[in-house]
This record gives sequence, structure tokens and C-alpha cells, in this order.
Amino acid sequence: MSMAGEEHRAAASVRSETGTLLDARGLTKRFGDILANDRVDLAINKGEIHALLGENGAGKSTLVKMFYGSLEPDAGTISWQGKPVSINSPAEARALGIGMVFQHFSLFEALSVVENIALALSDARDMKALARRIEEVSTDYGLPLDPNSIVADLPVGIRQRIEIVRCLLQEPQLIIMDEPTSVLTPQEADRLFLTLQRLASEGCAVLYISHRLEEVQRICHHATILRHGQFVSECDPSKETPASLARMMVGTEVVGVSLGAHQATGGTVRLGLSNLSAKASTPFATELRNINLNVRAGEVIAIAGVAGNGQGELFDAISGEMRVDNDMVRFDDVACGHKGVNWRRRKNAAFVPEERLGHGAVPGLKLSENIVLTRHSTRDGLTGAGFVSTTKAGELEQRIKKNYDVRMSHDDPEARSLSGGNLQKFVVGRELDRKPGVLVVNQPTWGVDAGAAALIRQALIDLAREGSAVLVISQDLDEIFEIADRIAVISRGYLSEPEDAYTMTRERIGLLMAGGAEENAGAA
Amino acid sequence: MRIELVKRKEHSGVMALLSPVIAVGLTLIAAALIFTLTGKDPALGLYKFFIEPLTDTWSLQEIVVKATPLVLIACGLAVCYLSNNWNIGAEGQFVFGAICGSFLPILIPDFANGATLPLMLVFGALGGAAWGLIPALLKTRFNTNEILTSLMLVYVAGLLLDYLVRGPWRDPGGYNFPESLIFSDAATLPVIGDGRMSISAPIAVLVVVVLAVVLAKTLKGFEIRVMGESPRAGSFAGFSSKRLTIFAFALAGALAGLAGTMEVSGSLNQLLPTISPGYGFTAIIVAFLGRLNPIGILIAGFVLALSYIGGEAVQASMGVSDKIASVIQGLLLFFVLACDTFILYRLRFVKSRKSAGVPEVSHV
Amino acid sequence: MFEAVLLTVITAATPLLIAAVGELVVERSGVLNLGVEGMMIMGAVVGFAVANQTGSGSLGVVAAIVAGMAMSALFGFLVLILVTNQVASGLALTILGLGLSGMIGEAFIGVPGLRLPELYIPVLSEIPFVGPVFFQQDALVYVSFLLVGAVSYMLFKTRAGLILRAVGDNHVSAHALGYSVVRVRFMAILFGGACAGLAGAYMSLAYTPQWVENMTAGRGWIALALVVFASWLPFRVVAGAYLFGAVTVLTFHAQAQGLGIPSQFLSSLPYLATIAVLVLISANRRLTLVNTPACLGKPFVPDR
Repeated sequence: MSMAGEEHRAAASVRSETGTLLDARGLTKRFGDILANDRVDLAINKGEIHALLGENGAGKSTLVKMFYGSLEPDAGTISWQGKPVSINSPAEARALGIGMVFQHFSLFEALSVVENIALALSDARDMKALARRIEEVSTDYGLPLDPNSIVADLPVGIRQRIEIVRCLLQEPQLIIMDEPTSVLTPQEADRLFLTLQRLASEGCAVLYISHRLEEVQRICHHATILRHGQFVSECDPSKETPASLARMMVGTEVVGVSLGAHQATGGTVRLGLSNLSAKASTPFATELRNINLNVRAGEVIAIAGVAGNGQGELFDAISGEMRVDNDMVRFDDVACGHKGVNWRRRKNAAFVPEERLGHGAVPGLKLSENIVLTRHSTRDGLTGAGFVSTTKAGELEQRIKKNYDVRMSHDDPEARSLSGGNLQKFVVGRELDRKPGVLVVNQPTWGVDAGAAALIRQALIDLAREGSAVLVISQDLDEIFEIADRIAVISRGYLSEPEDAYTMTRERIGLLMAGGAEENAGAA
Repeated sequence: MRIELVKRKEHSGVMALLSPVIAVGLTLIAAALIFTLTGKDPALGLYKFFIEPLTDTWSLQEIVVKATPLVLIACGLAVCYLSNNWNIGAEGQFVFGAICGSFLPILIPDFANGATLPLMLVFGALGGAAWGLIPALLKTRFNTNEILTSLMLVYVAGLLLDYLVRGPWRDPGGYNFPESLIFSDAATLPVIGDGRMSISAPIAVLVVVVLAVVLAKTLKGFEIRVMGESPRAGSFAGFSSKRLTIFAFALAGALAGLAGTMEVSGSLNQLLPTISPGYGFTAIIVAFLGRLNPIGILIAGFVLALSYIGGEAVQASMGVSDKIASVIQGLLLFFVLACDTFILYRLRFVKSRKSAGVPEVSHV
Repeated sequence: MFEAVLLTVITAATPLLIAAVGELVVERSGVLNLGVEGMMIMGAVVGFAVANQTGSGSLGVVAAIVAGMAMSALFGFLVLILVTNQVASGLALTILGLGLSGMIGEAFIGVPGLRLPELYIPVLSEIPFVGPVFFQQDALVYVSFLLVGAVSYMLFKTRAGLILRAVGDNHVSAHALGYSVVRVRFMAILFGGACAGLAGAYMSLAYTPQWVENMTAGRGWIALALVVFASWLPFRVVAGAYLFGAVTVLTFHAQAQGLGIPSQFLSSLPYLATIAVLVLISANRRLTLVNTPACLGKPFVPDR
């Protein structure tokens, strides 16, 4: 941890006894069969930074949406400054003094900054006056904004500022932040923490949702932990260790992944990218610029990067969904930039995209049919004379289900009925089942519970140790440090030269994310 | 009190089968209402419209005659809609196909032998496919919305037919009526039975069977289903949405053109300014009522053909406007769409909560 | 002579303009209503019928507006409450409208046996400019321009317009911020229905003061194309409508001149021109992507 981090930690360690601001008791929310929140208790004091901890699917987002009036609780009470309240809409929440910065921003791309902010304020009429206020407040808090720029033209870090300034303009007493650092570079995150500390010192409380333990320990005064929709415990995070916090979040001893014998680099190059460049296909896409990378047999290379820097475009160029010049992509030294995805699959490559529903799998099709999706032309016996063999597909479904612990309510269900973690295990397992020589994965464990994530990460490492080349694109630095042999950073379409994972640091990654990648673009 | 839609975890198989049935039932109720509103006896109206045509062999054959083009066109439309290609121009593809299919008997009437009819059908299918390819190519090349382009071409095809029939293709011995010469026997579809049924009916059934197999069992059918629901997943599977658009429109156009040629050479025996009572649009309803499934379409085609005959029947016997058939068809489509919602969603009644207390929640 | 041509261009353009402006508002809110043709024809028949029965043109216009709104309310219920497929629902509305109007109109046809050929734009050269009808025609033309101005002001200068544009841009965000997506869209749909009904009334009470089955002859579809052509901007709709009005009028004058071009070819020009215009606009990908309301046609089912 950095020196600045140590100082912050010391200042944040005492929970201020300033009185209860928000007190929630017994909150329950159900979606169909799923009990997202089960009798949850939460108490936030004035001016404190309160963490809401839990892994993906624990019910954090659901809970705070009830505080913000977007969702209605099925049971339970909320008290605000000592009085019971019923928050029936976001407008009522705002009137009480509660603001929210969403994880997936509630922004309108085609509209300007001032229009976006006006929509979140209940009675904004004078746009010019509002624009002036935006400039004042945003600069004051160190998050400057140009009121007339169109959101579609703005990068992610600036977009978050709009969300925050939007809250600040209403002089809130509580700001809820849902996974704010998931889209920020480490440096941008530091700047955010300064803002939060300033808010806390001014008396505004912050409810900080995260599953990132290091951050929580750095800046939060108090933490409430949820697991599977239920309240588990509350604590002072600075007095806990990452392991104890993780145990409270997950409930069992979290098994770390075993890296196995670290291979010396020297295996044959299975996947080679040379001067890979591609123009943006839509106005909102990222251009790829001169990317060079060699992925060798037996290693795991991870590409770190904040969302929106070209990961999806890079994945599509490697998988073949996006065609590029022939020489830019080589599988086993055969140029194939022109070739389609199935040609590459026949060269024993496999791909797992970021979006499991809608891209990696068809939500309305059964699992067995989803196997046919990527394996119909890879000589797996799934097709013959144009006909699809449902028996063979069923066989494969059973095998994948067993080997990768995919849990489902009945046999061969539609893909959409599986939980995130189980579907991801299926999608990854579908490709691993082919024993591919090259595997490219984009966000392997996004939105996946800890148990499934551990299984997937171990499977990726095992595949590499058995001699395959594995390329992982991820936004999760913890994950990257867990599984990678070498790490590169993608930023604005540039890829940095991969460096050995043991010598790589988070600070260095942060610098590369902020623009260093362009200077350090790898030359194979 | 509030009614909400809640998404089901999986498609409800039960509702998938029941939905068309419920839709037809609701349409019957609505039809009874319309009869009452126009001052006619609803029970008699329903009987004359829906039941009586089924009691007579002649009208049963008429139903088959009307169902055949509907089923053929709807099969092609099903492939289009399943793959998210919104072909609204089947009527135009029907007409243009009929024009192309009539080329031979009208311009070279002496070519009358065993090859005439097959050639006509081939030309008709090719013509319809070509007309369908126009919106398809505009979509793949220029990203132009196919709904509007295919529809505009319906009007163009109709005008072309009108021009030909009143002008260069008008029967010189026809006393100046806007119609082409009567086709020779070699250019006429052979008849089955004692009514107007021709071999077009078994051809339609054959198409249904082939399409059912293709959609359910082959990789092509898999491709069609995938691309419609998740185009991104389809691209990930190596399928090309552009090639599928071309294929779907060409197939639908060919089937519509085939239907048009068979209508002209079977039922009409000549080319006229109007050769379709809106088959291309009614086929859209057939496609949805049949849940985009060839077997379902076969049944739905029958139901909608019944509505045509029923419309004529109530007009003849009760003096009700025959437009009532269109109204009932439109209402049927509305009910089909509404009932289809319940395949993916469930109703939920929720009492909004005023204060802390467990609300009553009942699921339907 | 030029005045006469200009007058006919105005009368040809006005129904397109009114219908297109209404649909523009609907699409800006994120809903695609393909039922414009059905709503227009219902407006035409109801307007004619009521005017005929009551002797009052104004009542006819009002009735037409109500008819259009009623049809659109049915559509709104389907696509907003039951979340049905918008394309199919719009088509259903058109089929229903065409059938229903044919049924109602049959009972009200003033001159029996007078059947103009279907699918043709009605013969312009026989407009009898009777007093009240002429007066109404002028009024509706002014109304059409006022409508464009009002819609433009509403969309870009008022909070209501901002909310509507936001809903069309990102209905998930709008819902998260507390706006009722369903209510905003329903109002927009009703407005679109009112405009389509009004445009239909213009057709049967001013343009050609008689009722002919299917007399809108695809104008509803052309109005839909005009919205795309105008990149969802109200003032550009004026340009598009008048362009099409001019094309329509030119074809009639060319026919009248006896240039030897078959009348059917001339009649097909507006439809071919529509295709050409759509291709030109959509070929410019950047233009379409940036201006299209991002949620157009997408179904919305909120978490509650």
C-alpha cells in the first residue's frame, strides 16, 4: 500500500459517534423466486463513509435502490434522522437529501451535461444558471466539467463526474455510490477518495458499495457485510484483515488459486498479433492502434484495462468477428486476419466473450443447443450432412455440466434461467471441453460468485500448465495478479509491452492505463 | 392495486400452445360484438362466418384454395421474421412473381407443352425472389430499413401490373377489358377434386413439411433461430447476418412469387389488375398466429382462409359488409400478440404499501 | 398557373407533414408506431362520416382526431402495458384500420358505384373548392405549420420535451431517475394518433372531399419515411413533406400534359422517391447512429 494510503487509513479508523442518519430494519425484497434481500439491517451515521460489502449477487444494489426509491421494499422499515419514512420515488429520496451515483451510469448519451443534470434535479428550469452552478461546484470539488459537452463524446472517468456533481448540486446528506472504482484507473480512484473524504468532513455521509477490500480498508469508517441477501455482520474494516473480511463476505475459507510451476517463457508462439490496427466501426467504438503481442504455449497473459479502451474490439479482431489485414493475426504462425471465427476454431482456438447472454450464449436456447453454437464446425460430431445431432449435443451437455459443476434446476434448461456464475462456468467449460491450444477470454469472472470465479480461474491456469496459450482480458486487477504470468495494459487502443507479473505493480499498471501504454506500446 | 408483468425464467410451453387458441376465442367474442353493433344477430353471424363454411364440401375446397397462397407466403415470412428481417412486402413479391410467371403464356402463347407449367412456376419463383432481393440488398449494402422499402415496392408492383394489363399485355380479343388473354390448358394448373382446388395445395403442404424439418433439425434452421434472437451470438457462431438476410428475403420472395403464379394459373387463368385480396398482408397474420412454426402456419392458414369465405358468406346472406373479414383478421392479430406476451411473462397483482406491512402479492 | 401548382403542392404536403410530425414525437420517445396508415385512414372515414351526418366540418375534424387517438390508445396498451412486438403491433393497427374504415366507409359512401381504382393517389384535378371546405383547408395548413413550431419548441425548450428525449435515449436511466417511461410514451403515442387522425381528416374533407376506400394510399408509410429523412428534427420534416408534395403534384401535371409516359409510372414516382431518400439517409451511418433515438423500438419492462 502507498504512503498516502497509510495516512488515509489512520484518519478513517474511528467511527464518529455523530448520530444515526439512516436506520433500516428488516428490509426484504423479492424478485419472482429470488429473495434478493432477506431482513437486512443497516445503520449509517452522519458524516461517515460506510461500506456495504458483499460479493456479486449478495443484494447490495437491490438494497440501495430501496434507499433511493427506485425499488419498493416488500417488508421492513427505513428511518431517516430518527423519523420513519416511506421512500416511494427517487424524487422523494432526493427531497430527503439522498443522492445516488449508479454503477452503470444513468446518463443520456445524446444529451449535454447540463441537460443530464437538469433531469436529475426535480425543478431545474433555467439552464444557463444551472450551467454556471455546474462549473462552480465541479471545479470546487476538483472534478471540472464543461456543461455543454455531449455525454456521448466523453470518456468514462468524466461521465462518473457528471453523476457525482449531479448529486452534489442538491446538497445531499447521504450519497450512495455503487462500485464507483470499477471504471476508474488507480489514480482516478485516489482523486475520488479525496472527494469522499472532503464530503465526510463536511457532514455528508457516504454509503460505499464495493467488493474491493483494499479500498474499503483505506477509506471506510464502518462496514456492513451482506451474503446471499442476508445481513452477516458489521465491523470496523481497518481492524480486520483482507482474509477475515473475505471470509465474512463468502462464508467459507476462500481458496486461493494455485499457480502451479511457473513456466519459464520459451514455449512456441501460438497466437501472434503484429501491428494490429483497426478503425472504429461505429462512432462509439475504440480504434485499435498498432498492437503487438505474442502469446506462448504454457503461459497466461493478462491484459489489464479500464472498460472502454478497446478490449471488446481487440477480442473481436482475435476471434475473427472483426476482419483485419491478413498478417495482423497469426494462429500457429498462419496468417488469418481475413479468416472467420470458425476457421480459427478449427485451428484449435477457443473464445469466451465478455457478455455471456446475447453473445456467448443465446438466452432463449437450451444449453445443449448453445453447445452447437460454437462447436458446429469443429469436427465434434455435432453436425452431419447439414443436420444437427441432438443426441451428441445432449451428451456434451451432460459432460460439461459434470466437469464444471454447472448447477441447474432441471435438465437442459434455457441459458437465461441459469445464474451468472453457473452460466459462465458452462460457457467457459464448453470451450475448455475441446482442449483448445489457444484460449482467449474477455472478463472471465465478471458478475460471478466467488466459488464459480475460483473454479474458472483455476481452470484457466490448469489449461496453460497443460501447454496451451491463454490470453485473459480483465478489468479486475486482483484476478490478474492471481492468474497471470505476464501482464500488459490496454489504453485507448494501444497495448503496452507485456511485463513479468512478479515485477509488475498496481502503480505501474495505473500509469500505463492513464496513457503510459501509448508510450510503452509493445513491439512484440 | 397494480398489475405488473414479471418475466418467467423460461418460455412457458403450455402458453405457447394455448396462446393461439385463446386468441381465436377472444376474436370470436369480438366478432360477436361487431355483429351486434351492426344490428345483426351475433349467433347467426358467428355461425355463418365460422361454422357454415365448414359444413359444405364445396366451401371446404374454397377454403383450401384460399389457404394455399396464405400458407406458402407465411412460410417464407416465418423464415424472415425468425431471423429479424421484417419483410412487409410479400404482397408485392406475390404480384411481381405472378407477372414473371405469366411472361411465357402471355408473350409466347404457342409454347404450350409439358414444360410450360414448370417453367412458369420457376420464373414466378425467381421473379418473386428478385423483387424480395431489392429490400434485402438495400438493407445489407446501405443499412436501409427493410420495412419501408419492401412496402413501397408493393405499391410499385401493383402499378406495374396495372400498366401491363391495361397496356402491352391486354388481350387484343378481350373487348377492351383490362385483362390478359386466357391461359392455355398447358399453362393452367391441373385441378384436384370437383372444385377449384389444384395441385397448388399439395405443393404447399410439401413446403410446410420441408420447412418444418429444416427449421427444427438442420444447421440452417439453427442459424435462422439464433440470428433472430441474438445476432451477436450468431456472429460469434460464424453466421453472417447479411447472407442470412439475402437468403430469407430470396426464399420468402420465391415462395410468394410461386404462390402468385399458382394463383394466376390456377384460380384466375389470366392476369388481371388485381390478383390478390391482400394475401401478402393476411399472410403476416397467418405467420404470427402460427407462431412462426410451419405446422402452426398450416393450421393458421386454414383459420384465416375460413375468415375470407366467412366474410363472403355473411355478406351474401346477411348483408354485412365483407370488410368485416379484414376487421376480424386485424383483431385476431391483436389478440395473438397480446396472448403471446404470456409465454414470456406472468401477471402479478400487487397492493402498494402505505406503511410497514407485508403487502398481499398474488401470482397469476 | 404557378399559384395553382403551389396551392396543390401545399395540399399534397400538408397531410404528410401533420402525420409525420406526430410520429416524430412518438419515435423521439422511443416507440415505433407503424400504424400511421391505419390511424390516418380511420381519421379520414370518421371525419367524413361525422361531417356528413352533422353537416359540420369542424366536428368532423374533432371526431377524426378522437378516432386517431382511440386507435393509438389501443396500440399503446399493447406495446407499453403488454410489451408486445412494436413492429407487429403497428402492422396489426394498420390492418385493423384499413378493414374497419372500409366497413364504416361502405355504409357512408355518398355516391354509389363510384369506385376509383385502389392503390392510386386520388385524381387531384377534380377538387371542388366549396366554401367551408376551402376555409378549412387553409386553416389546417396554418395548423400544420403551427404544429411544427410548437413541437420544436416543446422538444428543445421545455422540461417536458427534455424528459421525452431522455426517455427515447435511455429508458433504463429515465426509469432509474424516477420518470414514468410508460406515461411519457403513452402521451406521445396519443399525440401521434391525434396527428394521424387530423391528417386523415384533411384527406377526406379538404384534399378530396369524398370518401374512397384506402384513400390514403400509403401516405402513412411515406410519413414514416419522412421522419427518418428528417433525422427526427421537426423543421426538416417540413422540407421532406414539401419535397414529396412537389413530386406528387409533378406526376399529375406530367400526366395532364400527355407526355406519353404511362400514368402508372408517374404514380409510382412518390414510392420510388421514398426508397431513394431512405437509401441516401441510411447510407450515411454516422448520421443515422447519432440522431436515431437510441431506444427506438426496444421493449421496456421495469424492475420494481
